[in-house]
Amino acid sequence: MERLDRKLGIFSALPLGVILLVCFLAPLLVVAAFSVMPERVFDLKHIPDFSAYSVFFQQGYYKSLFWSLGMALISTVVLFLVCWPLAFGMAKVFGKFSLVLTIAVVMSLFVSENIRLFGWVLTLMKGGLFEGYLRSITGYGFDSPLYDTPIIIFGLVYVYLPFMLFPLAQGISMVPDDARQAAADLGATRWQILRQIDLPLAAPGILVGSLLSFVLAAGAVAESKILGGQSIIVIADDIESAFTFGQNWPLGAALSMVLILIIGVFAIFGVSRIDLDAIMGRKR
Amino acid sequence: MQSSKTTRIALLVYGIVVIGFLYLPLISVAFASISKARYLSFPIKQYSTKWYGTALQSDTVLELLMTSLKVAIIVTVISMIVGFFGALAFARYQWRYRTLFQKLILLPIFFPQTVLGLALLMWFNAIGIIPSWHTAVVAHLVWIAPIATLIVAIRAYSFDPALEEAARDMGASTTTIMREITLPLLMPGLVSAGLFAFLLSWGNFPLSLFTTGADSTLPEWLYAKMVSGYSPLVPTLGVMSVFGSFLIILIALCLSWMVRSIRDSRASQNL
Repeated sequence: MERLDRKLGIFSALPLGVILLVCFLAPLLVVAAFSVMPERVFDLKHIPDFSAYSVFFQQGYYKSLFWSLGMALISTVVLFLVCWPLAFGMAKVFGKFSLVLTIAVVMSLFVSENIRLFGWVLTLMKGGLFEGYLRSITGYGFDSPLYDTPIIIFGLVYVYLPFMLFPLAQGISMVPDDARQAAADLGATRWQILRQIDLPLAAPGILVGSLLSFVLAAGAVAESKILGGQSIIVIADDIESAFTFGQNWPLGAALSMVLILIIGVFAIFGVSRIDLDAIMGRKR
Repeated sequence: MQSSKTTRIALLVYGIVVIGFLYLPLISVAFASISKARYLSFPIKQYSTKWYGTALQSDTVLELLMTSLKVAIIVTVISMIVGFFGALAFARYQWRYRTLFQKLILLPIFFPQTVLGLALLMWFNAIGIIPSWHTAVVAHLVWIAPIATLIVAIRAYSFDPALEEAARDMGASTTTIMREITLPLLMPGLVSAGLFAFLLSWGNFPLSLFTTGADSTLPEWLYAKMVSGYSPLVPTLGVMSVFGSFLIILIALCLSWMVRSIRDSRASQNL
């Protein structure tokens, strides 16, 4: 039985394994190889000189990296604060309404993110849904908040909300009600229950949610392009222009490598710490 | 612990506000799509559906829709097959590298999609494949097949391996077990995985951006128009794309409801 299990396991892992090997790991190696090539070459038959990495430091590309990471960090913190009460409601309070909420949130994921961001442009622009109607009713308009840093962070919070919400709700649902009840009976205040029961016991969910939102936000580009109107250049944007306008693949590859390494450290740290069997509900 | 009534109501209101917040931009897009003016400005003075007519008659739009549809359908079929086996390896069989496999699957989901698209572009270039919508299928698969696998895996966790063992004890071969027991049991998971795969591929933009070559999908076209100059067709096509997705969800829900009710009525006849 065990031998058969082992054989079937390897056999069934094969299709996905091959796809990921050929179309995920192999391309990453190609990126790594390109990143050490001399400037503006389009194949790998050159002597590596690592010049693209020195450009990263000389020409201020680290600034866009800092912007990306900084905005990702802020949006992750905001997301945590925004999602916690809702996730708590979904896990402990709502009952049937959490199903409605889940479906509504998941459905929004199926709409292309650039359509949703474009919707915010229409809502917030001068002469948009808010300003236009406000002006026609009261006669007073306001300056559009678009094309600035806070609106980009707003966009990140908006787009990545589900990626924080669901892991958090899953994490909070793993907090036993008895523990909260016991703490309350022993005279703990709400704040103490939150700090000493909820937060530590929901930690796996918090970890997964925060990592997911941070990592996705750090590599995001549409928010700064559509809502930010390129008032801020993020690292993914730099990578894109190096490939398109710059026609400098090694530079783009080197910038990608820096981003991949940073994200990779976070992702591997997070992934190695979570027990998928426990989270996804193994019954055995 | 019973939370007080005020907390309950406050949280409920908060939940409704968040849902509103998620869908507000779509309402703006919907309004914009029925504005008659070429250059949009609220409040809308004249409503008309003429941009829908224009969109439906346009060959470009038809081509965009067909490309998006082709990619999404192929991605769905492959994701379902790969997800079926992947989920068994993920959740059901005990084999040596199972935990490693579980973690490998998560990596593409964590990965920035634009960079993944670019990496694939370089990879295709290095092995001499010219990008077209075929390569976009591959790019979508790298991200969507793992998600499909996770969805089927949730289902695979909940089934009892004793069912398979019983069949084996009675002499069924591995393929018979797969066909007669494993597949029907995982079917609900497979259907939702297929639905997710289709919708995620249909709406995906960052992966398509660099991997479609000369072809273009609907989200790509919308993005190009958003970044460089406005076209009154952008909100119209946006709404059409959203309607397409919601229609498919609706059809899927109806079908699953029908299948369930037919099965229930059969079961009651057999009693």
